[in-house]
Amino acid sequence: MSEALATTVTPGPSLTRRLSGFLYSHPHLLLSVLLLPPLLWLGIIYVGSLLALLAQSFFSIDEFSGMIVHEFTFNTYRQLFSPANMDIVVRTASMAATVTIGAALIGFPIAYYMARYATGKTKAFMYLAVMLPLWSSYLVRVYAWKLILSKEGIIGWAFEQVGASWLLEMILALPVIGGASLSVSYIGMFLVFLYIWLPFMILPIQAALERVPPSLLDASSDLGARPVTTFRKVILPLAFPGIVAGSIFTFSLTLGDYIIPGIIGSSRLFIGQAVYLHQGVAGNIPLAAAFSVVPIVIMAIYLSVAKRLGAFNAL
Amino acid sequence: MDPEVRFDRVSCHFGNVKAVDDVSFEIAEGEFFAMLGPSGSGKTTCLRMIAGFQYPTQGKIFIHGEDDSNLPPFERNVNTVFQDYALFPHMSVLDNVSYGLMVKKVDKRERHMKAEEMLELVKLSGYGNRRPSELSGGQRQRVALARALINRPRVLLLDEPLGALDQKLREQMQVELKALQRQVGITFIFVTHDQQEALSMSDRMAVFNEGRVEQIGSPREIYDRPGNAFVAEFVGTSNVLDAVEAQRITGIARPLSLRPEKITIAGPSQGKDGLSGVVADVHYMGAHTRYIVDVGDDAPIRIAVQRQNVVGDDLKVGSSVALSWDDDAVRPLDGAEQ
Repeated sequence: MSEALATTVTPGPSLTRRLSGFLYSHPHLLLSVLLLPPLLWLGIIYVGSLLALLAQSFFSIDEFSGMIVHEFTFNTYRQLFSPANMDIVVRTASMAATVTIGAALIGFPIAYYMARYATGKTKAFMYLAVMLPLWSSYLVRVYAWKLILSKEGIIGWAFEQVGASWLLEMILALPVIGGASLSVSYIGMFLVFLYIWLPFMILPIQAALERVPPSLLDASSDLGARPVTTFRKVILPLAFPGIVAGSIFTFSLTLGDYIIPGIIGSSRLFIGQAVYLHQGVAGNIPLAAAFSVVPIVIMAIYLSVAKRLGAFNAL
Repeated sequence: MDPEVRFDRVSCHFGNVKAVDDVSFEIAEGEFFAMLGPSGSGKTTCLRMIAGFQYPTQGKIFIHGEDDSNLPPFERNVNTVFQDYALFPHMSVLDNVSYGLMVKKVDKRERHMKAEEMLELVKLSGYGNRRPSELSGGQRQRVALARALINRPRVLLLDEPLGALDQKLREQMQVELKALQRQVGITFIFVTHDQQEALSMSDRMAVFNEGRVEQIGSPREIYDRPGNAFVAEFVGTSNVLDAVEAQRITGIARPLSLRPEKITIAGPSQGKDGLSGVVADVHYMGAHTRYIVDVGDDAPIRIAVQRQNVVGDDLKVGSSVALSWDDDAVRPLDGAEQ
């Protein structure tokens, strides 16, 4: 009875089953169907707008009318290479490089501790400690730092309490990087950049170190290497891709940022601010575009050097 | 002469877990020594203590007569072949093999020459420029061997060296490892959970269980004269009988071990001399067949019997059979000799 029922009730395979069967036997079709929307997004919104930006930088602005002349020209780039604009580029790149080195020096030991020693609750706490600042508003944190770094701020107060105000003043008296107070000096800006981008350095290094099997360290020591040698010959080379990945973040994020240089530091411009000013108030979109090509070029050079150095060999 | 390695009442605790519990044994120079046991039996911890990755909680470890218990790995003249081979992924095969010499600051040309020699020894000449990721499992293992031997250690430690290889390659490497050991003439200590491997490769072996050494001896001693039920069952298969069962089957009221292949099984057509029973199960294994036979009337005892396959085997489940064995096939397990 139940058998007869089963045969009468069962129709041919349902449409969805036939469709899933068809897709299963044509995996490439399935892949393209699934990948098409994200690929379109990547292709049009990401790469497309980047190309549009690049194209803009080869136009120029008519000085009298303020209109964009849609004709191919190197005039905008000539303008970019003027000494005043190059100052901005060098200033920004130096800051980005310093921040990157600082973040690597501070980030590596933390990442190493997280990957090698921290377990269970400690590890969860470390993750939280690294990520937590990212969950609060960027602007709030930058303004908080302005208060911390100001003349009446906690740092100045602390120096005063231990009777070391003279030391702070000595530091602030340094040429170029000093200033009237930390909040208007490059030192202050460096500290804020370092604080804001540090998680982006720690996490990739930690991920790279996490992938190093502990047996490699045993093997190195087994073969006669002291801990320092093991660090230099095994740990560092294997963490290098992580350091490079982290430095790509800290370097490019610093290169493009326009908020921190606006709030902390002197009135001297950084690339981000220059882009902001040129495309906003001045309406000089070609020059703004040329400015934003600069970080792309710097990063391209940086990556090819890193590749030369073998940063991606272990990938 | 001092033994190559001596454990003197060594214990190693991890928190409340006694990974190794009051273990003492000696390994002679030039020996191929196996540490056999199930996982978690303490064999790997013992190996790690010889290498120096782990220090004993109690007791002392002497390597060639010197107390090396608390010496770091990089100061011991002992090298290890790791279970996962632990080759450095960012270095070529040649740089991997010459790592030990690089650490000793031997100049590049000389250490690469030595590394080539080692690669030749493990039959991998010409592979020096490859990356470990480009090699097969068996080739990686050879690289790991070459790398561990380049420093001319007194003792080579091998942690489950053949565990990741397939059956055929395993058998081939067993033969090659044995030959290699004779060629380089140093002490090999290897850890395995595979009793067949331990039996076929080692000069002497230690059987570990729950952090203790159950028995030490040559493979033949261990197999033929297991000291207790654990060894009898872990090394090979055996019918382990308690005193009551033994009394009923053999008339000897002592716990004992009876190897399946030492029992003669006779079918219904071959007469009824010996212990009568009924075949409960038949496992065909190619070269031989294993029969599970129930003996005893009211409370049957299961006995495994094994015999070479011959043409015309007619035993099936339900066949009544007769079992017999020589007196010396029976091995008492309560310590006292027969």
